[in-house]
Amino acid sequence: MANPAVAPATDAAEFEDEIIVDNRKLSMLDVAAPFVTFVILLLVWEGAAVYFSVPSWLLPAPTEIAKAFVEWRGELWYHSLVTLYETLAGFALSIVLAIPLAVMIVFSPILRKCIYPLLLGLQSVPKVAIAPLLALWIGFGVLPKILVVFLVCFFPIVVSTATGLASVSPAVMDLIRSLSASKLQTFIKIRFPTAVPHIFVGLKIAITFAVIGAVIGEFVGAESGLGYLILASSSQARTPVAFAALVVLTILSIVLFYLMELIERLAVPWAVNE
Amino acid sequence: MSRVLSLALGKVSGRGGPSMLESGPGGSPRKVTIEHLHKTYLTSSGRTVALQDVNLTIGKDEFIALVGPSGCGKSTLLRIVSALIRPSKGKILIDGQPVLAPSNEVGIVFQQAVLLPWRSVLDNVLLPAEILKLDMGKARKRAYDLLNMVGLSGFEKRYPGELSGGMQQRAAICRALIHSPSMLLMDEPFAALDAMTREELGLELLRIWALEKKTIVFVTHNIPEAILLADRVVAMSPRPGRISEIIEVDLPRPRTLDMEFLPEFKSYSDRVRAVIGHA
Repeated sequence: MANPAVAPATDAAEFEDEIIVDNRKLSMLDVAAPFVTFVILLLVWEGAAVYFSVPSWLLPAPTEIAKAFVEWRGELWYHSLVTLYETLAGFALSIVLAIPLAVMIVFSPILRKCIYPLLLGLQSVPKVAIAPLLALWIGFGVLPKILVVFLVCFFPIVVSTATGLASVSPAVMDLIRSLSASKLQTFIKIRFPTAVPHIFVGLKIAITFAVIGAVIGEFVGAESGLGYLILASSSQARTPVAFAALVVLTILSIVLFYLMELIERLAVPWAVNE
Repeated sequence: MSRVLSLALGKVSGRGGPSMLESGPGGSPRKVTIEHLHKTYLTSSGRTVALQDVNLTIGKDEFIALVGPSGCGKSTLLRIVSALIRPSKGKILIDGQPVLAPSNEVGIVFQQAVLLPWRSVLDNVLLPAEILKLDMGKARKRAYDLLNMVGLSGFEKRYPGELSGGMQQRAAICRALIHSPSMLLMDEPFAALDAMTREELGLELLRIWALEKKTIVFVTHNIPEAILLADRVVAMSPRPGRISEIIEVDLPRPRTLDMEFLPEFKSYSDRVRAVIGHA
């Protein structure tokens, strides 16, 4: 093995290839290092919880969280499905409304001038603060949560789609104009494919926001969902359950993000491989 | 003369015959007349004269090189001929007709290949055929022929990102030729390539031109390249952009790289250098 720490020999008797490490590929160390660190942290946590006899309602040890996981698996599963449903429904709703709006903004200069500055202004409104109002107007069902998710996802998708549609290079525009392409042809053959990688940037931001949006909606007032479970179990001093719900939430968020990335890889292989 | 002969050959080869186009006059060669052309830009910092009183007649099937230092308006002139931008004054006539909108009788090659990264090489070449709604079966066949002609057969299904700069520009030339335009406008097409690829592609362009005669306007800032390729070199000078001299290049065809060592070549290049005003 070539060791860079050793001074290079100027005269190599044996034939030796210089090993070029492909940075894109994960080595065993890349995978193992964070995993080992994580396990060590868990052990330290466990040890500290036992040694200092921290009460479980204050900070449960990892084993207690694992125990809660097993005992409450039915409830965790049910509440996860509710949160997942709210997240995906809100996310889908925002895609369905945001992409056409972005197309209209790009195609109509008047609409762009009228709406776009307002949209950017509205984006600075903390959507979290709207959640109680939505509960006040619509009640405590699933719908207000979906709307919170919709609100947090909507802006990143509109902005990224509009940016993407407008990002066709002047050279490509010259090419397409020299062929007298119609607006529709330009959209289908040039603008939309150009925008797709940008749209995925927005979608990946939105999907992480979406889970947060759903939980916040549940915090405000709900009868189900992981946010409700965290709130309910911590108020009843069942902290291990709250932690278990938190773990599920984290996993849900990570899985959804990587799912988006997988879809992106399939949909825009040319952009990912660059 | 030899030009007449090549024209006849082009028709016999039948690759880019008029049959390719479903509408319009097809591959009929054209004559371009540029009369008293001016182009000025008005910005907050003042008025810039990009072109001043440009007059030029380009014959049918002629290979014209526009050469000059940057800022002499040669690309602007090409963009006006292709109707991508409008002149401030004056007119351009193609076969006696004023140019108002980009025509599908024109193929354009830019300095960058401008290939769409999500389309394969073949689909990139076919883009004009799709937009102009040509017969896709025939267009596909022609695309394969063209790619074969520039040495890209076997690369049809590859993506532009997998190709070298020279290969990308070859594909871009095929795309400009797919609809058998009678005029090819090239805006410093080889400027981004290394010297060797550049010479290779220049000769390849001449080979294609010999097979399919068409009017070519070739913008470059490379004087030897202009002389090697063109029938006439239009030398332009900057501020304001105008034609300072038109030099007829009387070297035999087919042209070869070793012609650059001929004394005539040197005298042409000295003349061009002298008129565009940088030694």
